[in-house]
Amino acid sequence: MSFEPKIVAFLCNWCAYAGADLAGVSRLKYPANIIPIRVLCSGRIDPEFILHAFRNGADGVFIGGCHPGDCHYIKGNYHARRRILLTKKLLKEMGINEKRLRLEWVSATEGRKFANVVSQFVEEIRQLGPLEAKK
Amino acid sequence: MARIGVFVCHCGLNIAGVVDVKKVAEELIKEKDVVYATTYTYMCSDPGQNLIREKIKEHRLDGVVIAACSPSMHEETFRNATRDLINPYRVEIANIREQDSWVHEGKDATEKAIKITKSLVEKVRGNYELEPIKIDVEKRALVIGGGIAGIQASLDIADAGYEVILVEKEPSIGGRMAQLSETFPTLDCSQCILTPKMVLAARHPNIKLLTYSEVTGVDGYVGNFKVRIKKKPRYIDVDKCTACGDCEDACIVVVPNEFDFGRKPRKAIYIPFPQAVPAAYVIDEQSCLGIAPLRCGECASVCEANAIDYDMQPEYIEEKVGAIVVATGYDLYDKNKLVEYGYGEDADIITSLEFERMLSASGPTQGKVIKPSNGKEAKKIVFVQCAGSRDKQHKPYCSSICCMYTAKHALLFKHHVKDGEAYVFYIDIRATGKNYEEFIARVMEEERINYIRGKPAKIYRQGDKIVVEGVDTLLGKSVKIEADLVVLAMAIVPKKDVKEIAKLLKVATDEHGFFKEAHPKLRPVEAVTRGIFFAGCGQAPKDIPASVAQASAAASKVIAMFSHDKLEKEPIVARFGDACTGCRTCFYICPFNAIQLDSNGKAYNIPALCEGCGVCVAACPVGNIKLPNYDDEQIKKMVEVVLE
Ligand SMILES: Cc1cc2nc3c(=O)[nH]c(=O)nc-3n(C[C@H](O)[C@H](O)[C@H](O)COP(=O)(O)OP(=O)(O)OC[C@H]3O[C@@H](n4cnc5c(N)ncnc54)[C@H](O)[C@@H]3O)c2cc1C
Ligand code: SF4
Ligand code: SF4
Ligand code: FES
Repeated sequence: MSFEPKIVAFLCNWCAYAGADLAGVSRLKYPANIIPIRVLCSGRIDPEFILHAFRNGADGVFIGGCHPGDCHYIKGNYHARRRILLTKKLLKEMGINEKRLRLEWVSATEGRKFANVVSQFVEEIRQLGPLEAKK
Repeated sequence: MARIGVFVCHCGLNIAGVVDVKKVAEELIKEKDVVYATTYTYMCSDPGQNLIREKIKEHRLDGVVIAACSPSMHEETFRNATRDLINPYRVEIANIREQDSWVHEGKDATEKAIKITKSLVEKVRGNYELEPIKIDVEKRALVIGGGIAGIQASLDIADAGYEVILVEKEPSIGGRMAQLSETFPTLDCSQCILTPKMVLAARHPNIKLLTYSEVTGVDGYVGNFKVRIKKKPRYIDVDKCTACGDCEDACIVVVPNEFDFGRKPRKAIYIPFPQAVPAAYVIDEQSCLGIAPLRCGECASVCEANAIDYDMQPEYIEEKVGAIVVATGYDLYDKNKLVEYGYGEDADIITSLEFERMLSASGPTQGKVIKPSNGKEAKKIVFVQCAGSRDKQHKPYCSSICCMYTAKHALLFKHHVKDGEAYVFYIDIRATGKNYEEFIARVMEEERINYIRGKPAKIYRQGDKIVVEGVDTLLGKSVKIEADLVVLAMAIVPKKDVKEIAKLLKVATDEHGFFKEAHPKLRPVEAVTRGIFFAGCGQAPKDIPASVAQASAAASKVIAMFSHDKLEKEPIVARFGDACTGCRTCFYICPFNAIQLDSNGKAYNIPALCEGCGVCVAACPVGNIKLPNYDDEQIKKMVEVVLE
């Protein structure tokens, strides 16, 4: 049986979550491996959540926020960007491939982009294999 | 122990056609704290809503998860339908349609639906019962800027019965509209339609007019702003001054008049324009010889009303207001920056606003269209549209009104100079307002104005003439016009001090310096910072009808706010504990300036300002900040169940 990765997606309420909804409204299929958790803003995402996900068996973590300049809370996504970069470094130190963490800007009109990047991400993680095996 | 009910919607076949909804309910009932789970064809229908209500009562539920369509569809519907039985914040939606049944197939979809629904059960378990935050409202408004937009907003708010403080930095209200000659598309005289409004504003019992004044400080938040205003010394007692003008005659200092762009003289003691409101003189302290040390005193010696006071000092006023309307208007882009046309300061190349003054009967030429370099009538004029607009090297945006006023200029010129010739260089014509296209058509056809499609390539002086060279891109022919006068429809830009005002008010500006609205389509007159509204050209270039409409819109927002004794606001706001180490991380990153430091340097937030983004929560190094219903523990639990 092929490896089916488990992926957690933190989506900001105003853009990425709405973009994911639009993918649905447009009936754009993508792999079901990704399970969404809605947060108000990508700036709410504590690196600890990401580590927690990896500790609990996630093979990948996806973060979706508004495009730069579009954050509903003005600049939450800039903070997110900075934190994700730091978290990537941390992952590297922990021996986790930083590609397992992905940040994407998805607007409420980008249903197609959401479906595409999520599909790509799932494929990429599938290639990387389960996280457990690397430990 | 919580008592949670789970309601799985079929949405006809939209969900049930893909997801095994029964299985979802069966799995969920096994979850801790879930005491009831069921499915129904259409949860959002009346019977569906009733089912939820009945089960809440029957099972004494204190938490509800509805697995259905996106929360953006029906979260409010379900919360409202059950509000009398259960706190709305204990009702959550698991999105198994848009983010599941519509995008996945078969077993995968069912499994994912179970996980998503479980994660919302976790969320509900940790959700607090919340009540909207109530904020006191000071039912008085501050309006900054006394152009047509500020005047209109003030009048509307004042007419609704609320007090308004209208702050204008110049000695008179009126703004740019006071400088215009006649207005498109109906050609009413600008001053004639504006003056009555200026007078109304000044006389309105609910409007406190502070001219020659500036806002120097703003503290507080929506409903509770504290504003500091500096009244600059005018050296004239406005109440005593009768505007007789004796002082002006006596004054020996002559300087150029700003109102006419220096094309007319004024004295050091002056009234900006005849219809100024308040109708009172002002002393320009830069050029007056009498202020300090007192060397002159000519004007005071002739003032019978005894209105002149050389010892007047700046006055500082503090006002409490609940809402602020920002209507600071616009300037024109500096024409000297258009160097690629190859001219600098040439007397016969003027801006559109200078041309307005020239056309005005009360202007420096009493309405005669002249060549400023020699005072002779201008027979041939070239108008250049988009001068600095729609140009990446200058301002990339469209200034939106220049097509219209240039057509007006050409038409008025032909009315003033019957045998005159007018040429208009344009990129294309944008005339989208009511009756605007008709106006342009009339100008083009009836007035025989020569519209040349293209941008001038070169403008230079040749003896007595200004030569404009360009290519008519429609005819593919080069043109060369020897004009008496060139009028540049300069780009509209925000006021110079817009950054300072934005900083005082803690509002954002866009990349061009115009005030940034909270949402370009759905909240076009509101700032992101609650309680602050925009009107007029400070937000974006626009014409008078649009400025007035926006002003009334901003006023109606203010009035709606004042119609409540208390404001209600979303209660999901950060909560600060007492473990703060005073590192200030949160203080610097809060996008809404909601965080303050107490006398011990410990952080706390103002719930009325907090939007609940959670940026500070994630940033606090000691975990001192919590966001109810999106708390760390909740989110971690959600992560755990989706990975099971
Ligand atoms: C050449 C030309 C011709 C035009 N012709 C027409 C026309 O025919 N028809 C038409 O509909 N529109 C016309 N317009 C557009 C019209 O001028 C504007 O739509 C209108 O004036 C906008 O009003 P406003 O109140 O937003 O700004 P303004 O008129 O600029 O008023 C802003 C006011 O705020 C004050 N202010 C600024 N900063 C501060 C501060 N920090 N504190 C206190 N006060 C402050 C200013 O002193 C000013 O009084 C023309 C524009 C131009 C350039
Ligand atoms: S980030 Fe935390 S510790 Fe630092 S000032 Fe804010 S509340 Fe205090
Ligand atoms: S949650 Fe957001 S708005 Fe509220 S205090 Fe924290 S950073 Fe500021
Ligand atoms: S609201 Fe989408 S990133 Fe902040």
